[in-house]
Amino acid sequence: MINFESVHKSYGDFEVLKGIDTQIDKGQVVCLIGPSGSGKSTMLRCVNGLEVYQKGKITIDGDTVDATGANIDEIRTRVGMVFQRFNLFPHRSALENVMEGPVHVLGENRAEVRDRAQDLLRRVGLDAKMNAYPGSLSGGQQQRVAIARALAMRPEAILFDEPTSALDPEMVGEVLQVMRSLAQEHMTMLVVTHEIQFAREVADQVLFLDGGQIVEQGDAEAVLRNPQHERTQDFLRRVTHLE
Amino acid sequence: MSNFISNSIEYLPILLEGMWLTVAVTLLSLILASALGLLWALLRTSGNPVLAGPARVFVEFIRGIPILIVLFYIYFVFPEIGLDLTAFQAGVMGLALTYSCYIGETFRAGIEAIDRGQIEAAKSIGMKRPLMMRRVILPQAFKIVLPPYTNNIVMLLKDSSQVSVISVAELTMQGKMLASSTFDNMTIFTLVALLYLCLTLPLNFVMRRVEIMMGASK
Repeated sequence: MINFESVHKSYGDFEVLKGIDTQIDKGQVVCLIGPSGSGKSTMLRCVNGLEVYQKGKITIDGDTVDATGANIDEIRTRVGMVFQRFNLFPHRSALENVMEGPVHVLGENRAEVRDRAQDLLRRVGLDAKMNAYPGSLSGGQQQRVAIARALAMRPEAILFDEPTSALDPEMVGEVLQVMRSLAQEHMTMLVVTHEIQFAREVADQVLFLDGGQIVEQGDAEAVLRNPQHERTQDFLRRVTHLE
Repeated sequence: MSNFISNSIEYLPILLEGMWLTVAVTLLSLILASALGLLWALLRTSGNPVLAGPARVFVEFIRGIPILIVLFYIYFVFPEIGLDLTAFQAGVMGLALTYSCYIGETFRAGIEAIDRGQIEAAKSIGMKRPLMMRRVILPQAFKIVLPPYTNNIVMLLKDSSQVSVISVAELTMQGKMLASSTFDNMTIFTLVALLYLCLTLPLNFVMRRVEIMMGASK
């Protein structure tokens, strides 16, 4: 469904992505792991055109992603994104945040969207917080609203950019729980994460990036339990040691 | 003191007439200046050099000219190139053009203060720039710019006294005329100052209330 063909990206002289080739199938959960600066967030952000890549090609169901192209907005309605720092709209309530895209971008009927948004917020456990503003929500609650906001667009896939990295430790679980339930419903997910345990449990595929390249990819169990590459082994030793 | 009061009662109707004109000039130029200012800010933050460049040049040109010269230019020079304006029209136009630059810079600062994450979030649900501006950036920017915008409005109100030089009979002009016919400078200019305060102090108060209201909704 999402295809990377030899994708290169650089900032000036610095090459962040040095030829990324991979494929994410429909309904798959793919976790991107790797040290900071390895290019995993950049790779993710190229998928919905928040970053421009210079060489190669990313396609979503055959449509080429071009950050400066005419169809980029349409592609973004099909691929949701959840950010590390939530990025909820602070001047709108939780419910309004979730309704924003379907009502104002897709032009859907407000009453129908409201019902759907309420269902989504209930689903992520925020029945009681629908009319709360982001400023009065905890990080975990904000991130769950952000997931509901992405889901409200009925996307074909969702990109998660370190969704739990900005959370207090006691709030990580509630967000991962929501993501787990999405995975069970076969939502296509591309997740940049440092949660190795989550990747082990939920991911169909794990990609290990280092220095702008995919060093190792494959079945989550295989890559995480039995990494072949020395750099993967090193990295996993270090992060699991920290856990 | 009783002299001050009895004289005041005599002068007040004339000064109030001027004060209404001050309010009219200020309100009209504020509306125009805000609309134009928003336009400059949107052009300058558009990321398109063809739009941003001319807007920047215009803003820096007008900001670099004293408001008196702008007024003289519009009132005395424009007729020579076929644009004949009444003193009132010229006054409103001069104030509006000048203040559109200040207000535009205020708005631009507000727009640029919005967190990049907000823009990315808006993009990530497929928003195009105009919708993003209207639904995400401007509502948040407005809250940020309210204090400096209030400052712009108060300055505009006070600078409306400048249009007296092109014979618009607003508060300052009426005061000057009364003073030169009665020589009662003390009473008249005290009254004029007080009448300006009658406008600026409530304005500050109202804007502070708006600020608190907007802050509370967060």
